[in-house]
Amino acid sequence: MFGSGLFTGLRVTMRNMLKRSVTAHYPDVEPDLPPRSRGVIALQEENCTSCMLCARECPSWCIEIDSHKEVIPATTEGGKDRSINVLDRFDIDYSICMYCSICIEVCPFDALHWSPEFAYAEGDITDLTHDMNKLREWMWTVPAPPALDAGAEKSKELAAYEASLSVEPVAAPPEVAE
Amino acid sequence: MSDFLEVVLRCVLVLGAFMTLPLLVGQMEHKAMAHMQSRVGPMKAGAFHGWAQLIADGVKFVQKESIVPTAADGPVFRLAPAVALVPYLVAMVAIPLGPFFGQTNLIGIDLDLGLFFVLAAMSVGVLGSLMGGLGSGNKYSYIGGMRVAAQLMSYELPMVLAAASVAMAAGTLSLTGIAHEWEWWWLIAQLPGLIVFFTAGLAELQRPPFDAPLADAELVMGPITEYGGMRFAMFLLAEYAGIVVLAALTTVLYLGGWAGPWSDDFGWLWSLLKIFAVSFLVIWARVAYPRLREDQVNSLAWKVLVPLALLQLTLTTFVVIL
Repeated sequence: MFGSGLFTGLRVTMRNMLKRSVTAHYPDVEPDLPPRSRGVIALQEENCTSCMLCARECPSWCIEIDSHKEVIPATTEGGKDRSINVLDRFDIDYSICMYCSICIEVCPFDALHWSPEFAYAEGDITDLTHDMNKLREWMWTVPAPPALDAGAEKSKELAAYEASLSVEPVAAPPEVAE
Repeated sequence: MSDFLEVVLRCVLVLGAFMTLPLLVGQMEHKAMAHMQSRVGPMKAGAFHGWAQLIADGVKFVQKESIVPTAADGPVFRLAPAVALVPYLVAMVAIPLGPFFGQTNLIGIDLDLGLFFVLAAMSVGVLGSLMGGLGSGNKYSYIGGMRVAAQLMSYELPMVLAAASVAMAAGTLSLTGIAHEWEWWWLIAQLPGLIVFFTAGLAELQRPPFDAPLADAELVMGPITEYGGMRFAMFLLAEYAGIVVLAALTTVLYLGGWAGPWSDDFGWLWSLLKIFAVSFLVIWARVAYPRLREDQVNSLAWKVLVPLALLQLTLTTFVVIL
């Protein structure tokens, strides 16, 4: 009908007014973020082997890594000494980072994780470079991975671990009578 | 009570209404518009649902620097906000609110030509925008000013015709007289007039959907582009005072003014209630409807509203004669 659009406009706005508003009251109420939201990159320092893959793959060159080798002497006589890399510096410059997630994908040892923490604005751009201590702290905010979908295939690692549990433990040797 | 004291008291009351009612309407616009768009609107100022937002805005405007562009026509530019604002104060003087606890009518001054006076004052208010547009030395302001002029020319006629129909039905130009003569069946008999009057009033105030002169997407802010600080605040206050005056006039002419139960004591409350209801309708129209194009604005006035108003006038004539 001619002019019915006028009433539709009034009806829609009135219905909106009588419904609850959808505003997120952010500073008062923390937002409910999806599990895989990209807030900040956290570093599990213990997992890092300084392999430099993340720093090399980073499209914007925002990761800087320094490390040195430490030798762990052989624990058994005649054994071989082991050497490990220890991080001296692991900086991410969040003023350059473009949150592409490539470093996290590429890390072979699961040292880098997404944390949903997002409120790390700074007053000065140079303060946006965060060192490994800060990145390690963010690790505590990383949520547990979301549960798999119903009927989904288990991850290979988990399947292998569970398979190892189901193996009968080797029976203890019978006690020898004295 | 001496006459002088009474005059002072009435002036203070009208001034008080002039300073508070537009702010209440403004706050209602903030909140109602927000909720119609599923937002919450101001929440911080004054701690409870942002009730003090407009006071905070006022404080902010006072602090701002007052700038006159070098290209502007100084005196015209400086005078325009006052020309926009004061007429609505003048118009408010002559609008009745109804009986106040058995006392006489709550009104600044009861004029025999009240309707004529208020309509004349309202048209002067639009000249403020026109002056701002032509005096700012800015092309956007200028185009906005031209649109204001076109809109004023188009909508003055249907508004006056619709008001004339009511005055004819009541047989008087006095606003208290019209409200006294009001009968409930006027709601139906004067309905086309009511629609024409309200629509033309919206256009006269340059309220959306008739805000083609302001059209922020194409003209920045039209005639008030160059204004800031207190002068801008005066234009803003003029807009809301205009809404109050339009709503009050619609109430008195078409909705029976203070008519309602216990109107001998609470007539003024009935008037205020109706004024706020009509103001809500003004806000509602802003949220619900997109802006009319400039040619649509003018063709609506000449092709729809003027014929409708003339029809109403003819209808009223027959009713009065019979």
